[in-house]
Amino acid sequence: MSEVNEKVKKVRPNRQPMPIQDAHDRIRNFNEVAIGYSEEQALLEASRCLDCKKPLCIDGCPVDVDIPGFIKLITQKEYQQAINKIKEKNNLPAICGRVCPQESQCEKLCILGKKALPVAIGRLERFVADWDLANGHNQAEKAAASGKKIAVVGSGPSGLTAAADLAKLGHEVTVMEALHIPGGVMVYGIPEFRLPKSIVQHEIKNIQNLGVKIACNQVVGKINTVDELLERGYDAVFIGTGAGLPYFMDIPGENLNGVYSANEFLTRVNLMKAYQFPQYLTPVRIGKRVAVIGAGNVAMDSARTPLRLGTEESYIVYRRSENEMPARLEEIEHAREEGVQFKLLTSPIEIIGDENGWVKGMICQQYELGEPDESGRRRPIPIKGSEYELQVDTIIMAIGQGPNPLVPQTTPDLQINSHGNIVAEENTGLTSKPGVFAGGDIVTGAATVIQAMGAGKKAANAIHKYLTEKSG
Amino acid sequence: MFKITKKKILAQSIKLIEVLAPEIATKGQAGQFVILRIDENGERIPLTLADFNRQEGTITLIYQEVGRTTAELGRLEPGDYILDLVGPLGKPSEIEKYGTVICVGGGVGVAPIYPITRALSGADNHIISIIGARSNKHLILAEEMETVSEKLYIATDDGTEGQKGFVTDILKQLIDSKMQIDLVVAIGPLVMMKAVSQLTRPYNIKTIVSLNPIMVDGTGMCGACRVAVGQETKFACVDGPEFDGHQVNWSVAEIRARMFAEEEQLAMKGCNSGGDCHCQK
Repeated sequence: MSEVNEKVKKVRPNRQPMPIQDAHDRIRNFNEVAIGYSEEQALLEASRCLDCKKPLCIDGCPVDVDIPGFIKLITQKEYQQAINKIKEKNNLPAICGRVCPQESQCEKLCILGKKALPVAIGRLERFVADWDLANGHNQAEKAAASGKKIAVVGSGPSGLTAAADLAKLGHEVTVMEALHIPGGVMVYGIPEFRLPKSIVQHEIKNIQNLGVKIACNQVVGKINTVDELLERGYDAVFIGTGAGLPYFMDIPGENLNGVYSANEFLTRVNLMKAYQFPQYLTPVRIGKRVAVIGAGNVAMDSARTPLRLGTEESYIVYRRSENEMPARLEEIEHAREEGVQFKLLTSPIEIIGDENGWVKGMICQQYELGEPDESGRRRPIPIKGSEYELQVDTIIMAIGQGPNPLVPQTTPDLQINSHGNIVAEENTGLTSKPGVFAGGDIVTGAATVIQAMGAGKKAANAIHKYLTEKSG
Repeated sequence: MFKITKKKILAQSIKLIEVLAPEIATKGQAGQFVILRIDENGERIPLTLADFNRQEGTITLIYQEVGRTTAELGRLEPGDYILDLVGPLGKPSEIEKYGTVICVGGGVGVAPIYPITRALSGADNHIISIIGARSNKHLILAEEMETVSEKLYIATDDGTEGQKGFVTDILKQLIDSKMQIDLVVAIGPLVMMKAVSQLTRPYNIKTIVSLNPIMVDGTGMCGACRVAVGQETKFACVDGPEFDGHQVNWSVAEIRARMFAEEEQLAMKGCNSGGDCHCQK
């Protein structure tokens, strides 16, 4: 294996599997499921890269990381240079290496993937990012101070990315976060076993080291408005407030005790550490039989977490079929390995409570698939007479989230679309209000961490241009 | 970190603290609330603003020691700090000239009704206030309420102060006296707000209540605080906390308030073991 001949494809090593905690062990703890490559594995995997002249993988990356560049540096064991190469474009590599859907981005376009399996770009990114957390020293270059002040609203992936890029460009950046710790969905939403909070904190520390100030407990729209920020001397404002408004199904029984939104359930467990109750004082009550409605990544997180809290049966209830499930394949596989059961082509029409107002079951209806709808997925059609009762004592609604309304409501001249999303130009984040930019889920609706980062990055460039032109 | 500058015991298990929070003090309005977290292990709890002093940059919080977090809060002294404090949250009370307004406060609910009463008084309303408690030992802010009301009635369950009985008994007498009532604002235990709303409904007297359901983030993100109002589900943190009492589904509110009753008991057990509350299971 040591002699990898670029021209003889047959001796190219196989794609290195990600070492993971065994399913039987991991459902008893909140430790990370994927353990990460060893150096040996990373070198083998990096050696698979063809170092294409016209690398397509970069086209698949929302933040344009020089993928062959950093992989080549791994093969040379130049890990510090490899991480520096990634950080030229990506401010949160340890996070992206873990939660990016590489299979539908960079790895989807990898040439190797046409004949065999693509290079495990995400795993390699994680390897160097973790090496950096353990051994690296950051000496990010910063431009001379511009004298410009920028307010970033929200400390999720789009806000942090915009903040870091703007700080590197010499601007004075303050991030305002509504919760008591920064990170947005990366701390309240994504579970510890998929993205350890220490990793998020470490990445945020790196961003603070660039000079970015983070003010927690600041609900923009309440303590101050976007207009007030502009009046108080901020030269520009970036809004990255995310998809913070959970959807419910509007079916009978939804307000019974034992029905959570995925946001509430995950926030209690992740942000407030309810899994360590009563050492941590926030409770979460999870019963013996849990149904999670929906089949996206948030739904998988919501179905896997209860197993770690001692639930006996955890169901994913989804009205379409396996092919339409929006979650990453890896998350679905992990959920299945851990014992999550899938009730597909099924959806609740009513939640039933006991005499004390607690959930004791739900009436489900079964579906069949018809013609594709406007989303391109086959439309689920209810089957008459197929109703049955599923006995569950906890229900978690993971059917999506809308844009958080607090900033739009208090910023009258900010244009909003019919869904309540802020209208912003795709390549710049420019809104209808001068000096105000927006990006991430508040613009696009619920999407991925990396897409939000891409939007933050584009907005940072546009804000820099706006400020430079304004003063020039 | 937010410093406690003053502390006062108002009644049995009801305490007042002033906290240095200049931004919240400047922005806060009657009817809004804050969420606090005492320390690293703490839960986030909402408390309605009892007052704010814009000059001194302080806010006043009044709370009853009913659970683990309020008990811990009760042990903090001036000079101590609260780790996290966020606000002002929720919509402010709608202050305008209604005419004659009856402000009803029960138990610790007198605390949030006070700044609302003051603001309504400042908007040239005729204010009649009714406050109540279990006994005179539990009664708070009677003097303060007197200063912002044209007439103040007091009811205690045991008759140790004012009229023996409930605040609704006095409200019923006022309604029966055929006086003109343009608005009732009621804040207190759910059972009291429900009784007030049921009393005024047949007379079509507009009745505003302030709900304080279980919350986590307070910004509309989690939906823990959902309440059934009319045919809709609302989030108390962003759509409220004030709602039309005639539209509130009180049984849903009562059930949801008990969601974590067992866990609250469990948390309290750790608290009785001594001052340091970071108990292990």
